[in-house]
Amino acid sequence: MTLSERMYLPAIAQGLGITIKHFFKKKATINYPEETRQRSDIWRGLHVLKRDENGAERCTACGLCAVACPAEAITMTAGERKKGEEHLYREEKYAVTYEVNMLRCIFCGLCEEACPKAAIFLQDDKLAPARYERDEFIYGKDRLVEPLKTTETK
Amino acid sequence: MTESLFFFFASLTLLCAIMVVISKNPVFSVIFLILTFFTISAHYILLNAQFLAAVNIIVYAGAIMVLFLFVLMFINTGKNVEGTLKRNVLVKIAGTVAGGLLFTVVVAALKDVTLGNPDPATYDSQVGMVENLGKVLFTKYMLPFQLVAVLFLVSMVGAVMIGKRETGEQNF
Amino acid sequence: MDSVLLIYKGIYILAIFGISLLIATYSTYFERKIAAFIQDRVGPNRAGPMGLLQPLADAGKLFFKEEFIPAKANKMLFILGPGIAMLVAAMSSAVIPFGDTLIIGETSFDLIAIDVNIGILYIFGVVSLGVYGLMIGGWASNNKFSLLGAIRAASQNISYELAMGLSLIAVLMLSGSLSLKVIAEQQTGFNWNIWYQPLGFLIFLICAFAETNRTPFDLPESEAELIGGYHTEYSSMKLGMYLFAEYINIFVVSAVMSTLYFGAYNFPFMENLRNAFDDPVLGNNVVTIIGVAVMFAKIFAFIFFFMWVRWTLPRFRYDQLMKLGWNILIPLAILNILLTGGGILLYEYFTNG
Repeated sequence: MTLSERMYLPAIAQGLGITIKHFFKKKATINYPEETRQRSDIWRGLHVLKRDENGAERCTACGLCAVACPAEAITMTAGERKKGEEHLYREEKYAVTYEVNMLRCIFCGLCEEACPKAAIFLQDDKLAPARYERDEFIYGKDRLVEPLKTTETK
Repeated sequence: MTESLFFFFASLTLLCAIMVVISKNPVFSVIFLILTFFTISAHYILLNAQFLAAVNIIVYAGAIMVLFLFVLMFINTGKNVEGTLKRNVLVKIAGTVAGGLLFTVVVAALKDVTLGNPDPATYDSQVGMVENLGKVLFTKYMLPFQLVAVLFLVSMVGAVMIGKRETGEQNF
Repeated sequence: MDSVLLIYKGIYILAIFGISLLIATYSTYFERKIAAFIQDRVGPNRAGPMGLLQPLADAGKLFFKEEFIPAKANKMLFILGPGIAMLVAAMSSAVIPFGDTLIIGETSFDLIAIDVNIGILYIFGVVSLGVYGLMIGGWASNNKFSLLGAIRAASQNISYELAMGLSLIAVLMLSGSLSLKVIAEQQTGFNWNIWYQPLGFLIFLICAFAETNRTPFDLPESEAELIGGYHTEYSSMKLGMYLFAEYINIFVVSAVMSTLYFGAYNFPFMENLRNAFDDPVLGNNVVTIIGVAVMFAKIFAFIFFFMWVRWTLPRFRYDQLMKLGWNILIPLAILNILLTGGGILLYEYFTNG
């Protein structure tokens, strides 16, 4: 090395220049709870089980989503619709339980594509939040089904 | 004020000096020795010799005692101090004789001492200040001062040379 | 009259002590903030507006943590160690002139705690005592790695003290005085020592980094590769004291550097400003107050520089550190003394003869 290189001072000054440039740079941080990152329109977030225009659940428990799921995150049990439940379930067969394990789910959206009744969707504005217990990651119908419009406006 | 301060520091110095000798743990001895240097520096300040006080602390407390501590921390102190120091009769006699001789020498030296009684009319209270000290060092004691400076330079150059890598020696 | 000065000195010393503690406290905040900014982050921003209460939260956390003393440690010395570190750090700002004189009524107040004629030696002596805090703490922990860390820190401090002292001598040759007040007064206006002592300043700066255990010389406290050094066994506020002492040291060493090389409270065109006022007392006071602000601006600039370097340079290896201190800085400092002496002789030859 030459003498000027061995003194390291020019190199140190260069390094200081780089760090001071970063000092004044715009920060990449997003202060999460206050602001969220701009998401894509086709962002695949938390699942929702849709209701139709009358407020009846669209899901008919055909099981195509569970078959399509590459992570095998979806389980369900089917049941027959009783008399007088027509306003609750659209088809004669409905899902008594419907569970998505959010620890298994890879949010690929194949369930959405497989669904013939357009019942399951991945929302673009909600995430599966962090929880303390593993059990809490298994989302049942209570947390998946879209709330009724009437309860929402209340 | 000055007198009471003097007595305070003098008693503190003696106390610390005694603690240096009677402490069981060598590290405590060193710490008390440092405290002794501090109180001695306080005496220098009372004598208006600020330069000496500062240099005393820098050189003795700041450098030499650190080396003492270095050595003490590496040798295994605290354990078996009692066992290694043989407390037999011969050691006791030797200690008594040496102490007595030292005492005799001190008494003999102090017997004829006449305390300097500076004339208050001509006494310069600024005699211990840096400027006066420097003037004396660079006029009256020029040659010894220069010789000491050369000695220090030689030792410093020696230290640098020891640190230099020998040809063929490989570090890392 | 005397009692007024005495009370003033008491208040002034308390104020300086408080200011150095405050600056040290907020240095921790700014260190994290600057680190974040350099790494394109935003840093602490949750405690209070812009995270300004973060130091309080940190201190609260440290106070509530467990006070751990190792079973076979020497309890007294274990507690004494951080105490010495803190005491020594807080003592050293006493002789630094933070400003010129303020004139109120008939009395003039020096903005310096004690004006001893050995000012710089005092700082040097006090700083050299800082080693004891580390060594005693490291030894009292009764832990091999703490002891090795203490030895490492102590030998680093002693080695760099030597080069620091030698680089200082060149400044003292120019000023002809050991008093920081006199050194500050000599650098009126823009006549700063840095123009005459660039090499000396560089050596002093490097040594200041080493003395305060800052990167690139922060081997005493590298947690990952050297197991923390002397404060391995320390926890809670005792660890906090060690870290706090480091920040006070940075403040003091920044103040010393501004005083020695960057003209202390002097700023360009201060004489013009002083003469612009009809009332000399008012002019003096205005210049003094601006001077204090300038002094603190210089100190903050240095503190910023310390942090800037920390997040730029990697750590030295220990043999490189020792080699830099002994083989490069000391010969350079001696060369600097020779150059300064030659320069002074030439100057006198051309001006007088």
